[in-house]
Amino acid sequence: MSNSSLALTRRKLLAGAAGLALTTPMLNRAWAAEPTQINMLAWYGHAEPDIVAEFEAANNVKFVPKYYAGGDNMLALIAQSPPGTYDLILSDAEFVQQLNAAGYIEEMDASLYPFDEFFPEYQNFPGHWTGDQLWSVMVRFGLLGVSYNSDVLSRAEAMSYNAFWNPKLTGKVGHFDWHLPNLGQMALLLGNRNPSPFDISQDAWDAVQEKTLSLKPQVGGYFDYGGTFSGLKNGEMLAMAGIGDWITGVLQKDGAPVASVIPEEGGIQFTESYSIGKGTSKHDIVNKFIQYMLSPEGQVKTIQMAAYPGLSPTKSGWKAIQAANPAEAERSGLIEGHDQSPVKLLKEGRIFFRDIPRQQNLEDWNDFWSEYKTA
Amino acid sequence: MRKLSLYPFVWRIPLMVWQGLFFVGPLLLMVAMSFWLVQNYRMQPDFNFTNWERMLTRGYFWDAYWVTLWRASLTAVLASLIAFPASYGLAFHLSATARRWAIFCLIVPFFTSYLVRIYAWQVLLAESGPLNALFGNAGFGPFTMLNSGFGALVGYLTLVLPLVVILQTFSLSSIDRNLIEAAWNLGASPRETLLRVIVPAAKVGLIIGAVFAFILSFGDFVAPFYLGGSKPPTLSILIIDTTKSGQQWPRAAVVAIMMIVTLFVVAFAAVGAAYRKRK
Repeated sequence: MSNSSLALTRRKLLAGAAGLALTTPMLNRAWAAEPTQINMLAWYGHAEPDIVAEFEAANNVKFVPKYYAGGDNMLALIAQSPPGTYDLILSDAEFVQQLNAAGYIEEMDASLYPFDEFFPEYQNFPGHWTGDQLWSVMVRFGLLGVSYNSDVLSRAEAMSYNAFWNPKLTGKVGHFDWHLPNLGQMALLLGNRNPSPFDISQDAWDAVQEKTLSLKPQVGGYFDYGGTFSGLKNGEMLAMAGIGDWITGVLQKDGAPVASVIPEEGGIQFTESYSIGKGTSKHDIVNKFIQYMLSPEGQVKTIQMAAYPGLSPTKSGWKAIQAANPAEAERSGLIEGHDQSPVKLLKEGRIFFRDIPRQQNLEDWNDFWSEYKTA
Repeated sequence: MRKLSLYPFVWRIPLMVWQGLFFVGPLLLMVAMSFWLVQNYRMQPDFNFTNWERMLTRGYFWDAYWVTLWRASLTAVLASLIAFPASYGLAFHLSATARRWAIFCLIVPFFTSYLVRIYAWQVLLAESGPLNALFGNAGFGPFTMLNSGFGALVGYLTLVLPLVVILQTFSLSSIDRNLIEAAWNLGASPRETLLRVIVPAAKVGLIIGAVFAFILSFGDFVAPFYLGGSKPPTLSILIIDTTKSGQQWPRAAVVAIMMIVTLFVVAFAAVGAAYRKRK
């Protein structure tokens, strides 16, 4: 009788212990607050662990990214979603005005961000401000010039967009398949620098089309992000128009003999900026994340982002990358006085912000690009 | 008076519902969408012929149309010609068991994503790839195969060839052997037996195989983009370009409708030819 009672007690004890063990994770989970979800609309890579994991762990948040491929795609995704769907929007700078005009983003409090740390050239970025109202904060940028296979072309040869017509590259010049950077580079080659390669007269636009068509015999293909990578990596394309270090920087890390330079005619800058989505209720944590990304720590992360590298607009970001990874700082010109320093190039008037066409309809540029591809 | 039978009608209902929900409905929506307009990246319902006028008056649309038509036709012809000897061998020179294994082997490629197979071709066809290395050892090349019409064709054949072989094999296997023996007994040469007995008897399967090859390659995006380098763009690439820039889904719908109309015309003409009785 007593044995039976003892056995029963032991069984109960074991069952109780097992039950406790099994429910412990649930209890732990219940004790911890559910992470706050931040819905981010961005280019691929901006909500990947190499960028956000530490912030997520430190602040008990979880980023839920929706990645887009191009500004038009981004605008369409917002247009088709209810207000408040996206808490944080990473946009190309030329689309910020359209985001603002459509009422998709909220005004930002400039006092919350370290604008004093920005190089003066980037403090009042065009389109980010209307008067004193701030709509977007620049977090990183990149330069588009001549990307080339360094086994075939020397740096000196690549220092002009005329390199694309080099007989050594016949059939081996690739295009990143987007009209804006490609046609902007053609406009620069023809000397359209004042005020911008995207603000050109009809005559200049006709000349750009003619010059672009003359490149056709050199062209080996038109590629998306993946195709551009593989084309340059396997040597199928020996030069690429419309891109820059954001592609070749990744390939260089893999040991591919490729490089990018800003040629004498000038380069084009793409700019990525954070805006706060209209209707969000998570202003505090979103602002905290933007501050984190603009801090030296965040800038080091974004400069070395695994998906594609970028450049820092802040002085503290430059110092941080020089200390954390001197080789990367040297490679990407994030050293004051470096011959490919983006600030130096900007001061010399060799960098132009990517924009939408100012004197032509965007459809005209797009139509010409389709014609060029089938020519 | 013909009596309405409920039993077969009930069995047809799932098919009709399926086709209505997943083919006729979306098709009608797409036709309606082709008349809509895009304002501020949002589609606005309308009844406007602007999209049709804009697309059909553009030279690049017709360039892409003829390229797509030519490549799909070439693929259908080449796939049929390349597949036929293999199908003939499978149908007439293998035992039933061996044929089943061969058919299984032809199905196996479909277990792997088409995109993955295309990426494998990218490696093989590259100028620094193994094929050019082999040619180089033999004293030829290197040849530009990737980002060319040839590359796209390799991709199309990767997609359609196993299917065409399977369809042709089924068709050839079902030919009454007595007809072939009768042709031999009547003194027909192997060539005459092939052209006047086997091919006419397998006509339906051969044409259906070619039609499938045409349809699949006409609408394919992967091969012309990843192996053809979008050079020149086909209609499927044009659809992507049109939606990418300005979110012009209505104009993309115009391209898609033109593709569907072409496929209907080709498919009906081919099926008509396949089942046409000899006079």
